[in-house]
Amino acid sequence: MPAFDVERLREDFPLLTRTVRDGRPLVYLDSGATSQKPRAVLDAERSFYEQHNAAVHRGAHQLAEEATDDFEDARATVAAFIGGAADEVVFTKNATESLNLVAYALGNAGAPGAVGGADPQVAARLQVGVGDEIAVTEMEHHANLVPWQELARRTGATLRWIGLTPDGELDLAQLDQVVTSRTKVLAFTHVSNVLGTINPVEALVGRAREVGALTVLDACQSAPHLPVDVRALGVDFLAFSGHKMLGPLGIGVLWGRSELLAAMPPFLTGGSMIETVRMEGSTYAAPPQRFEAGVPVAAQAVGLAAACDYLTAVGMDAVAEHDRRITAALLDGLARRPWVRVLGPLDPQRRCGAVAFVVEGVHPHDVGQVLDDSGVAVRTGHHCAAPLHRAFGVVASTRASFAAYTTLDEVQAFLDALDRVPAIFGISTGDDEPQSSRPAATDTLTEDAVR
Amino acid sequence: MDLYQELILEHSKHPVRAGLREPYVAQAHQVNTTCGDEVTLRVDLDGTGSEAVVRDVSYDSIGCSISVAAASVLAEDVTGQSVAEALRTFNAMRAMLTSRGEDSGDEEIIGDGVAFAGVAKYPARVKCALLAWSAFTDALGQAGVDLDATTDTTTSQDRTEPSRRIR
Repeated sequence: MPAFDVERLREDFPLLTRTVRDGRPLVYLDSGATSQKPRAVLDAERSFYEQHNAAVHRGAHQLAEEATDDFEDARATVAAFIGGAADEVVFTKNATESLNLVAYALGNAGAPGAVGGADPQVAARLQVGVGDEIAVTEMEHHANLVPWQELARRTGATLRWIGLTPDGELDLAQLDQVVTSRTKVLAFTHVSNVLGTINPVEALVGRAREVGALTVLDACQSAPHLPVDVRALGVDFLAFSGHKMLGPLGIGVLWGRSELLAAMPPFLTGGSMIETVRMEGSTYAAPPQRFEAGVPVAAQAVGLAAACDYLTAVGMDAVAEHDRRITAALLDGLARRPWVRVLGPLDPQRRCGAVAFVVEGVHPHDVGQVLDDSGVAVRTGHHCAAPLHRAFGVVASTRASFAAYTTLDEVQAFLDALDRVPAIFGISTGDDEPQSSRPAATDTLTEDAVR
Repeated sequence: MDLYQELILEHSKHPVRAGLREPYVAQAHQVNTTCGDEVTLRVDLDGTGSEAVVRDVSYDSIGCSISVAAASVLAEDVTGQSVAEALRTFNAMRAMLTSRGEDSGDEEIIGDGVAFAGVAKYPARVKCALLAWSAFTDALGQAGVDLDATTDTTTSQDRTEPSRRIR
């Protein structure tokens, strides 16, 4: 494999060449929200529509055959990317749907005749009801929290959660109290979308197995940055979105162990997912089709497979190493600015993908707006993790997040833009010469600000 | 950056009429779901209907400079106005903020509100500037004001009197 060359790689991403806000080069540090797409992904989708478009798993014509082959080939590619089997990969519209699919399947697993012929022992593991507990963590994205709150509400089960340490890691001292013999499912994120914290999957899965609980891993923020192997991770379910890992919008993945998927009732129902339909009732197809109601999202699946191929060609180890360099440079730059408080671990080895921070005395929206004025795109707000922010005693934060195409120059551009913030909002930087030592941009901006 | 006018920064650092006060006839709460910013706003009225006078607007605003400054300017603008005038001010503010920069605002109607003209060019921030106004109209509605009857798009020639300014 050739050495990782970020400048060469950036040539594959048409959007990265554009300018914003009166001709400023775009510095895109919002890949944690959604990543940009390489030409290979765009071409794959276009080629599907231009040459093979037809409704998958329907029709006896040649195009339908080709579209079906493309779709199933995409499934095999995605499965290989995460070390799973093709029939364990369910295509959804996004990770949110994947997580809801599991939550609803567990909620419905106890209903009479939920799945005919399911292994009773496996079916029992899936059923959630009164007296059972569902465990999550305080750092979850709302997509891996609200579905479990709702499952608890619908079934009478109790939701429990693992809290955080002050430096933004899971407080494992709570693990054995939160995950107990009453726990039916432990859902947690691989990498925090705010803190960047890489969670100790092995310890969490180990505890869940001890007590017989199922594990659901949110891999949205790990799949774009780290090698992800479902067998090595040892989880029971894993969810991620295509659009955060260089793939198209509108496609997500749920990977699940085949014996579990086989015993799960459907989530969305309708066409494509059935076996036989009579007026009196229906029987359902085997997984993964059982969980893919409606005409499948074939073009998006093909695009996601192209993203997997792209990342595989670059090499996920190289991507992870690049991510660590970017993270380290950013953490280092922020550490030199005492007016900035970083949320999450300060050790770049313990995190990836994103760095969220607070400028004391300045609201994140205002920080983000100044960055945007310099062409730097970041996310501001609670990043769909309000309880996490509450735990840190803040309403919101500013988050810079990366992808394989992020450069050290962009980190510097971000830091330079950030240095405009203290002057505009009149906060102390803790330096002897507060603003005069800042880059020239600060001076022109001050004039603007008081115009 | 024309967004952060001196007036906005000044209002955000030293908000006018801030804090929740008694007495009041209605209180409303608004949240910006994207960032968690919140405003709680109380209105005290003298009289009833559209001729009632806004005796006091008090508020607690947690948020960005735009949302805090908007609450401050709102309180400054509408205190002492009749409900009909206050709603005219609101309509003029909203028209300017949702104009994408086409409408630079009439200082005679919206006072310091004209400093928010630059916000209209940033669609993501319009909600920040309107948060307190949403709470204000919500509170008026709770106080029995018929917002539909008094909400209009009155233009400058229909105006009776420029808004009273209170510093």
